[in-house]
Amino acid sequence: MAAVIVENISKKYQVEKTKVTALNGISFEVAKGELFGIVGPDGAGKTSLFRILTTLLLADAGAARVEGYDVVKDYKEIRKTVGYMPGKFSLYQDLSVEENLDFFATIFNTSISENYDLIKDIYQQIEPFKKRRAGKLSGGMKQKLALCCALIHKPSVLFLDEPTTGVDAVSRKEFWEMLQRLKLQGISILVSTPYMDEASLCDRVALMENGKILAIDKPSIINSKFSKPLWAVQSNNMFALLKSLKNWEAVSSCYSFGEFYHVVMKSEEKGSREIEEFLMKNQFQEIVIKQIDANIEDSFMALMHTSNE
Amino acid sequence: MNKEKVIVAEGLTKRFGDFVAVDHISFEVSKSEIFGFLGANGAGKTTAMRMLCGLSIPTSGKALVAGYDVFKDTDNIKNSIGYMSQKFSLYEDLTIRENIRFYGGIYGLTKKQIQDKTSYLVDHLHLQNHQNSLVKSLPLGWKQKLAFSVAIVHDPAIVFLDEPTGGVDPVTRREFWELIYDASERGITIFVTTHYMDEAEYCNRVSIMVDGRIEALDTPKALKINYDSASMDEVFLKLARKAVRGE
Repeated sequence: MAAVIVENISKKYQVEKTKVTALNGISFEVAKGELFGIVGPDGAGKTSLFRILTTLLLADAGAARVEGYDVVKDYKEIRKTVGYMPGKFSLYQDLSVEENLDFFATIFNTSISENYDLIKDIYQQIEPFKKRRAGKLSGGMKQKLALCCALIHKPSVLFLDEPTTGVDAVSRKEFWEMLQRLKLQGISILVSTPYMDEASLCDRVALMENGKILAIDKPSIINSKFSKPLWAVQSNNMFALLKSLKNWEAVSSCYSFGEFYHVVMKSEEKGSREIEEFLMKNQFQEIVIKQIDANIEDSFMALMHTSNE
Repeated sequence: MNKEKVIVAEGLTKRFGDFVAVDHISFEVSKSEIFGFLGANGAGKTTAMRMLCGLSIPTSGKALVAGYDVFKDTDNIKNSIGYMSQKFSLYEDLTIRENIRFYGGIYGLTKKQIQDKTSYLVDHLHLQNHQNSLVKSLPLGWKQKLAFSVAIVHDPAIVFLDEPTGGVDPVTRREFWELIYDASERGITIFVTTHYMDEAEYCNRVSIMVDGRIEALDTPKALKINYDSASMDEVFLKLARKAVRGE
């Protein structure tokens, strides 16, 4: 049985006089022990989805089960079974690190010592500050404490809503290493992120935008479905290059990626030779053109484009 | 080419008690340069930025922003800069037009200037059909592009952008950078922080702060050569891992 089953879930909100669709008929499954990523920008519907699955919000339509329990009927069972780390820091700011952890352990009828093994790895990093109030912790330490509190009752499914948002590249890397270790303990993990590069760290991902799923699969498979040749292009004066490429009628899309532009041509017949000719004719120098494989951000933008048409 | 300096900092330092948040940083930023200001959480970026914006008086050192002294001329600094962050940008309960009028008024633009700017921005950002919508009803990406345009509505010498693209979808994130290039071409200096390392590549020069000090400052190309790295992400990881102090 899958750890999470989502069937046709929809949710709308009333904002002023208009209805905003947060989730538009979403379906997917997360296997037991899987590290499953929900990747998408703000407003994609990630948080609504997490709140529905953790029984904090009712869907307008559709059904969902977590560890076999129905999110509406069996909400009490689900609350005992899952760990949830919301996007917004929601521990008690006036309690110390240790008191917060003790509080959550007690609520779930357990103790810190009983499940210490599970959190040890993470808790040891903040243990030197265990007497410090949670409100006085840095962002990275708050994040680690919140993860410990979500784990202290040994949940079988862990929901992490944007745990790495606003966190620097080093701490993000460390956080994902922690998740890989938790996965080894057999916990099913659902994690959402706006950072596209984190998709490659998941077993499977759902790419989400505007309440819809653009694609669900292993990141490598999603990328292998990028159908057209992709060219990385570089030259002197990069901003002028961007304007030139975007105004060239032979170009289908052109997006910046670090020090290159990733270019898709309208016709697959046209490749590096045509691009080079065009750039030389337009007086660009130090031209570099190479064919590359699509990454998840290329795929996401291509899928966004198709879904908006 | 253009060597006019818009920011000159020398030994700029801020202490809070025993804690040296910013430790003798020195650097210069030229007119219309896109300057990336990177560092791990807790490296001292926000404190440094607050000093340069005239919001926090340094403990020691010197700095001129748009020619004004960060110790004495903070009011003039505030008139010469724009500021935008992911957290505070626009008034959600005002419409697009009202936000532009409000910020234009705050920065002392005339009624005529505000009218011209409003029609230019609405046109430029393709907001014709939404100009009377409340800002809170707009998608995040639109808000951020509008917030940036409003932050430079008075054509400041320099604009400070504090993680302007966090959470924004990948297409809009790139459109946002096109607005940045546009502003830079018009002579506005850009001072930007980001957690997206690919965006570090879009800057003319990048500084990386570690434990309150500027550990590296150069063009992305030179940084990658000096730190023997394939990407800015790798450069950043190599430098930020050296950090001793926690966040």
